Amino acid sequence: MAITPQHITDTAIRGSSPKFDVERIRKDFPALQQMVHGKPLVYLDNAATSQKPLAVIEAEEHFYRRDCSNIHRGVHELSERATKSYEDARVKAQRFLNARDSKEIIFVRGATEAINLVANSFGRKNVQAGDEILITAMEHHSNIVPWQILCEEKGARLRVAPINDRGELLFDEFEKLLTPKTRIAAIVHVSNVLGTINPVREMIEAAHRKNIPVLLDGAQAAPHVKVDVQALNCEFYAFSGHKLYGPTGVGVLYGKADLLDAMPPYQGGGDMISSVTFEKTIYNSLPYKFEAGTSNIAGGIGLGAAIDYVNAIGMENITGYEDELLAYATEAISSIPRLKIIGTAAKKAGVISFVMEGIHPHDVGTVLDQEGIAVRTGHHCAQPLMERFKIPATTRASLAFYNTRREIDTLVAGIQKVKELLG
Amino acid sequence: MPDLRGLYQEVILDHSKRPRNYRVLEGADHQAEGYNPLCGDRITIYLKLENDRITDVAFQGSGCAISTSSASILTETVKGKTLAEADALFEKFHALVTGEANGNQAGDASLGKLAVFSGVAEFPVRVKCATLAWHTLRSALKGEAKTVTTE
Repeated sequence: MAITPQHITDTAIRGSSPKFDVERIRKDFPALQQMVHGKPLVYLDNAATSQKPLAVIEAEEHFYRRDCSNIHRGVHELSERATKSYEDARVKAQRFLNARDSKEIIFVRGATEAINLVANSFGRKNVQAGDEILITAMEHHSNIVPWQILCEEKGARLRVAPINDRGELLFDEFEKLLTPKTRIAAIVHVSNVLGTINPVREMIEAAHRKNIPVLLDGAQAAPHVKVDVQALNCEFYAFSGHKLYGPTGVGVLYGKADLLDAMPPYQGGGDMISSVTFEKTIYNSLPYKFEAGTSNIAGGIGLGAAIDYVNAIGMENITGYEDELLAYATEAISSIPRLKIIGTAAKKAGVISFVMEGIHPHDVGTVLDQEGIAVRTGHHCAQPLMERFKIPATTRASLAFYNTRREIDTLVAGIQKVKELLG
Repeated sequence: MPDLRGLYQEVILDHSKRPRNYRVLEGADHQAEGYNPLCGDRITIYLKLENDRITDVAFQGSGCAISTSSASILTETVKGKTLAEADALFEKFHALVTGEANGNQAGDASLGKLAVFSGVAEFPVRVKCATLAWHTLRSALKGEAKTVTTE
């Protein structure tokens, strides 16, 4: 992205607007207050997982200290409190995604389980031998492997829509791959490696013109951009709580109610039934049909607190601040000689993957760690994408709204140190 | 605090930039591929044996400075050694990089150039990088066809 000095001046002014006080926000995150190897922590591994605000930590703690009990079955006070908190969190998730109804919100372990649920339930019912499933070349392994398993079982075929060298989807190719055999298109909303924001609205419209349902993997999108599943009109949307400043081990599958109703259960057990005899079991209604066994109750409540926290700041403010920070970081990092950014799409969220000439990402990561800078190095669970760019790995700095320009400057200084030591 | 200069010693940087015996070994009678899925490092080791002595050894692949230099120094070190000697070296090297050597191993003359890897012990996540080539060597000697991984 070309940044003119004028633009940087503009962003500097807007970045300091009273609406968004990053120094105040940072105080909400206890983990950001620490020193690592004698240096202040610079946490730039947010695409792997984000840090948690005190509100989330306290919500989980409150559950375990005061309300710990099982949900949906107790008549006692603690169970009523826990059930209310957990179901309130479901409504928060519903509003967060602008879903029509809270029964369309299935709590799962994370985006990975959400996709596996759809592959196992919707996929097994609707995909037959000779059918096709369409994904893109920039998928995370979690939106590749569940479909491969399904294809292998059914004798179906996995098709992959290609991308260009900037990391942008080739839309015409995508459209051509939507065929009468396609049973579902499963698409990443924002790439975890490239940062590319896919034109999902247009992709969904193209799929719908051929009556093909669409699942969006929103693991990297939900924390950074406003998601409105009714406006998008996608059939399924998956995201993880832990990347949205919530706890690990909890996430959401959104599905249109009529589709979810028609789908067979994913796992059997308690809570997902309305009656069981040895002859026949009647399944529970949505969303409980898909929530067998005791859920991650504390996690769900924590996710609710994370959504409240994000809402209090405002997703528009978050996106605006992160866009400015990404522009600043892109400008600073791309000016380093013998360094190449992988993923230069016109529309990006806060991810900068890069490779350095003659220096392996793993060595970059070790040197940066000694400077207190946390980045991810490796293939980022996207090995086919690494092959597409003919690289074994990248170093990835991924941003959150609590990162600052000062931290970007520290990263750039750290990269200079890498070059001094290993270049 | 761990010392980066102790990890990236001059000898290591030299071997990572100019790896020795970096080629496909024509007429190799043993070979194996090693893979570290954590970081994508991938190497192939080629060997020629006469009776139980390693008469020639070479490698190819891509990896970080630690894994590349370790493979390069391995080829220099084990050439001419018997299988038992190579195995004993791996044991000593492993103790050195995992920090089980209590500091004495670095002064062990039989380690030779391998002693430059003593700094790895302070960076536990890099032990797999340093040992990938050695695990691959062991696999090649056993004639295992499958890719060995560090996981």
